[in-house]
Amino acid sequence: MLPTMTPTPRDYSLIGRDAALAEANGIAAAEWYSCPIPRKQLKELMKRSDGPALRDTAIWVAALVLSAAGGIHFWGSWWAVPFFLVYGVLYGSSSDSRWHEAGHGTAFKTRWMNDVLYYVASFMILREPTVWRWSHTRHHTDTIIVGRDPEIAVPRPPDVVALLLNIFALKSSLMTLKSLFIHASGRLKPDEATFIPEMERWKVYLVARIYLAIFAAVIVACVWMGSILPAMLVGLPSLYGGFMTIYFGLTQHAGLAEDVLDHRLNTRTIYMNPLFRFLYWNMNYHVEHHMFPMVPYHALPRLHEAIKDDCPEPYPSTIAAYREIIPTILRQVREPAFHVIRRLPDGKTPVPYNHGAIINPAE
Amino acid sequence: MPEQWINACDTDDIDQDDVIRFDHDGRTFALYRTEDDRFFATDGLCTHEKVHLSGGLVMGNIIECPKHNGRFDFTTGKAKGAPVCVDIATYPVKVEDGRVLIQIA
Ligand code: FES
Repeated sequence: MLPTMTPTPRDYSLIGRDAALAEANGIAAAEWYSCPIPRKQLKELMKRSDGPALRDTAIWVAALVLSAAGGIHFWGSWWAVPFFLVYGVLYGSSSDSRWHEAGHGTAFKTRWMNDVLYYVASFMILREPTVWRWSHTRHHTDTIIVGRDPEIAVPRPPDVVALLLNIFALKSSLMTLKSLFIHASGRLKPDEATFIPEMERWKVYLVARIYLAIFAAVIVACVWMGSILPAMLVGLPSLYGGFMTIYFGLTQHAGLAEDVLDHRLNTRTIYMNPLFRFLYWNMNYHVEHHMFPMVPYHALPRLHEAIKDDCPEPYPSTIAAYREIIPTILRQVREPAFHVIRRLPDGKTPVPYNHGAIINPAE
Repeated sequence: MPEQWINACDTDDIDQDDVIRFDHDGRTFALYRTEDDRFFATDGLCTHEKVHLSGGLVMGNIIECPKHNGRFDFTTGKAKGAPVCVDIATYPVKVEDGRVLIQIA
């Protein structure tokens, strides 16, 4: 009888077996499929302007200030709850898309405006700006390539407890806190050293020290006032207001194929209502964003119209996406190789799967 | 080595405020035309991850790479911030009789 080979779990670290496999299989920093679109039209879509992001940022800041003011005014009564709910979501969830767009440098035309928003939103979402700039760069090079992408939200088999904890950013924040102490002491973690270049590392250490200093100041303010109100305004909203981050963020890639070189197969585009699209800055057009990251958020609906005939049917709503995501994640706990296969329109061919790289047993 | 000017393309092959790819002798270049009709040339591949800059966006003197939005000043080759950390090589360009010539050492 032939010996049976049992697949070993995949290694999602950036310095492990699957990192080497991805390189050996030619799927690291590879060429990705891109929907055909005339250059003139793409140029039009890529055009930058400050207007839309200035308007959206003004609304966002005003809503933050008003909800914070309401929360402070009603502090001590139940009336404060809805104000902090709004404040928390604006602070701890919609900062994710602001961080993201500003990080790409596409939100505003003016560079310094992107930079200011990037640093402020990074703090709000409790991410270290330099680390995440580089990890996100890698996420775009090697989207959901195991061993290469540091931003795979649901590695297989999924850790359901971690996902539940992250509804309030508990596990992710704990990890960030640990990282802050490591970075503040002037060190990087081994994974990080694979994607953060030497010349950028001083920024990691400096920002970690600044973050810790701000948190220390908030704690001192809480002790001095004998109240957690200062922390409700700075720091804690990343946790109590973080639930929409995961609600939106998980829809991007969870349950879809790993190790494919075609964003139509590993990324979701979902139709969302205008409020969600404001909070999420149109990142629901996620296939479009990954394929053409130079197109600013406000032009993504137009880009979607331009390429949708070459893409799978978008999900009609976030709920519809979760009808697929939740059962898929639960099934992956028992069957890690299981994933959703996206159907392309008739006559369209996907970039082939790299079969060799799917749950490749260690020799 | 004598000056070697390569006849690359017609001036009209490049739109204003745009970039095209030009391959020659196993090498790849990016040719730029600014809004005010000045022409420039750089290496064709981004110094970050070797992506063709011809798919990028020209804004003034800046070319933004289509992959991770890294930026270069294509008139000087200077990298303008992360994720591009290494400057890009530039090449002399001249226009003669409606043709764009690039000097490749
Ligand atoms: S390949 Fe050009 S910025 Fe990354």
